[in-house]
Amino acid sequence: MIPLTWFIGLGLILFMIGVAGVLLRKNIIIVLMSIELMLNSVNINLVAFSYYLDDIRGQIFAIFTITVAAAEVAVALGILIALVRNRRVLNSDDMDSLKG
Amino acid sequence: MIFSLLDVLALLPELILVAVACILLVLDPLIKKCSGLAGVISVVTIIAAAIATYCIASGDLAGGSFFADMHKIDLYSVFFKMIFYVATVLVMLMSFQYVKTKDINMSEYYILMLFSLTGMMILASAVDLLTIYVGLELMSIPVYVLAGFKQSSRKSNEGAMKYIILGAFSSGILLYGISFIYGLTGTTDLAGIAVALKDPVTSVPALSIAIVMLVAGFAFKIAGVPFHMWAPDAYEGAPTPITAFMSVGVKAASFAVMVRVFMVGLEPLYDQWVIILIVISVLSMGYGNLVAISQKSIKRMLAYSSIAHAGYALLGLIAGTAEGVSSVLFYMAVYAVMNIGAFAIIILLSVNGRIDQLDSYRGLGKTNKLVALLMMILLFSLAGIPPMAGFMGKFYVFKALLSQGMVPLAIFAVLMSSVAAYFYIRVIMVMYMKEPDGEFKMFKPACLYFVILLTVVVTIWHGVYPTLLIDLARLASSII
Amino acid sequence: MILERLFFILFAVVAIAAAGGVVCFKNPVHSAFSLIVCLLQVAAIFVLLRSPFLAVVQIFIYVGAVMVLFLFVVLVLDIKKASLETFPGLKRWPVYVILPVMAIEFLIVIFGKSFAHMQMAEAGAETTVEVIGLALFTHYLLPFEIISVLLLAAMVGAIIMAKKRWN
Repeated sequence: MIPLTWFIGLGLILFMIGVAGVLLRKNIIIVLMSIELMLNSVNINLVAFSYYLDDIRGQIFAIFTITVAAAEVAVALGILIALVRNRRVLNSDDMDSLKG
Repeated sequence: MIFSLLDVLALLPELILVAVACILLVLDPLIKKCSGLAGVISVVTIIAAAIATYCIASGDLAGGSFFADMHKIDLYSVFFKMIFYVATVLVMLMSFQYVKTKDINMSEYYILMLFSLTGMMILASAVDLLTIYVGLELMSIPVYVLAGFKQSSRKSNEGAMKYIILGAFSSGILLYGISFIYGLTGTTDLAGIAVALKDPVTSVPALSIAIVMLVAGFAFKIAGVPFHMWAPDAYEGAPTPITAFMSVGVKAASFAVMVRVFMVGLEPLYDQWVIILIVISVLSMGYGNLVAISQKSIKRMLAYSSIAHAGYALLGLIAGTAEGVSSVLFYMAVYAVMNIGAFAIIILLSVNGRIDQLDSYRGLGKTNKLVALLMMILLFSLAGIPPMAGFMGKFYVFKALLSQGMVPLAIFAVLMSSVAAYFYIRVIMVMYMKEPDGEFKMFKPACLYFVILLTVVVTIWHGVYPTLLIDLARLASSII
Repeated sequence: MILERLFFILFAVVAIAAAGGVVCFKNPVHSAFSLIVCLLQVAAIFVLLRSPFLAVVQIFIYVGAVMVLFLFVVLVLDIKKASLETFPGLKRWPVYVILPVMAIEFLIVIFGKSFAHMQMAEAGAETTVEVIGLALFTHYLLPFEIISVLLLAAMVGAIIMAKKRWN
């Protein structure tokens, strides 16, 4: 049998790599991908605990985590598109600031 | 069957909100012609949901757990739900004129607020980590979008981007902590976690990791230092009513969850998490108040001041007693009202074409005496000067702290409070001491004016006679 | 059982390498493909943990939908400028120091006595779709319904943000 600690250790390493990606990279898309990496490591944790505790709860939680991550990424990419589109058209700073 | 009709009845308020939001979504092309109709429908819906909550709470269903023990109807959840309803209705009333001026008058604005309110209500009633996580995300995702709603404004876009990236990052950290707690205790139910933690077998070092991650995740949501980086930019860039919504609704909901998780679930580990919370509270009060002094933009100043207010409210949680919890509830209620009032006045000036700078307020005491007076009352309340509600809020928090013997912390809080008074009073001085530029005929939309008057009246009422609310808060906190 | 361990080590090593690739590649398209490889390894690990349904869900949703969305957005936006972006180098040195220290500290905690009492792993039964479906629609009905509202809200939000509303 595979010891539980192997799974948790893998989860931790992937989580730390994800955190490093968020803190070190400037490209927003890669930051989003690193956040996905973090959420995947949490899923590994949850499913491993579910298996070793013989409790379905962890896997249900993992399904919900996958769903929420997908929804969050969709919204983040929508905001990113709005941001990039704005930057191309307006080169100067915020023209809105005069109206408060 | 695990669930029955009673469970559905218990969820009636949330169902009303979601149903009306969906109907609005479908009917949007038809009602686009009557501008503002979506807003009016939303306000009516929230009032209906509030009535439904009251009926459920005073009926047979009170005190029960529904949906396999994931949804709890008790006085604590009803207290917070009422705060959310009031906050959202006031924000929507403030928005009517604002969205017309800024040309963002879409029914999706109100629909997203309804969805976010549903998330907040789920959070108030949640007693299981799974429901908490899902409710947290349902509350946050519409707010991420609403923060970036002014699509043509780069400040708004960047604020929303910072908010969602840091929000997703912190919810990842929170989830990691939750997964460890699940693994170490075998359950995600808060009561079950408390039972499992009392058993000395569960190891301490891994739990410390989990607690640190949990605190980090929650501290982000309440914008506590050092997890506050998103707040000033997101608050400044968002449409002003949404800033009010974020700084009041999201914060109150996050506090509701924090108190339940830490006081019910992690209660046996009090000594571990109280230290981290003390650090965050001290940093928030210090940093928030000190940086607010140098701000020229009023919205940004209020953003930093709300970081400080989160620090004050945390003190009630740090006290760790039922009295402390009741002080947090009271603080959230009065903070909601006075903060919305302050933002309403900012919106009033913005609707009249004034920009969001300290300079816009000069001479308001001479040109618009009533507005200046109302602003002065709200600023006094935020600063914690008697006899306003803000003072009573801080009083109860300090009382809870002192009854636990944490005197240095209380002294530091009072010190920071007096530092904060500087930048609040500075606005009042600009209003009354400086000369105005000229005549200022202010266009006062009815709904906006109503919000300002209501918040000022409630502020003075609870400053002079807080007994009603504090008794309610005490009753609510004795449940958990 | 040595075969299982060998497989796990294989998947773990590839996953870590791919994760490193996500963070290190300059071109976002390379990062996206690296992330796809990592997600496939995670799905394989789910199979090792006797959850084939979750593995398939992971591939459908994560690889099939989320990563495709990522690639669409990367290709729509300006890639050339992005691939000229340099790594922060030594500017953010606190991260290079604190993060490995924290990781090693946590690893020591994990491989210490923390989870020792759970090492006794029985050959657990495979989690079928039936078991998950039963749990999802009875015990966990409330989060399930909230998630569906969340998906609707996210859809509305994403469309509102991405649609051009001004001139």
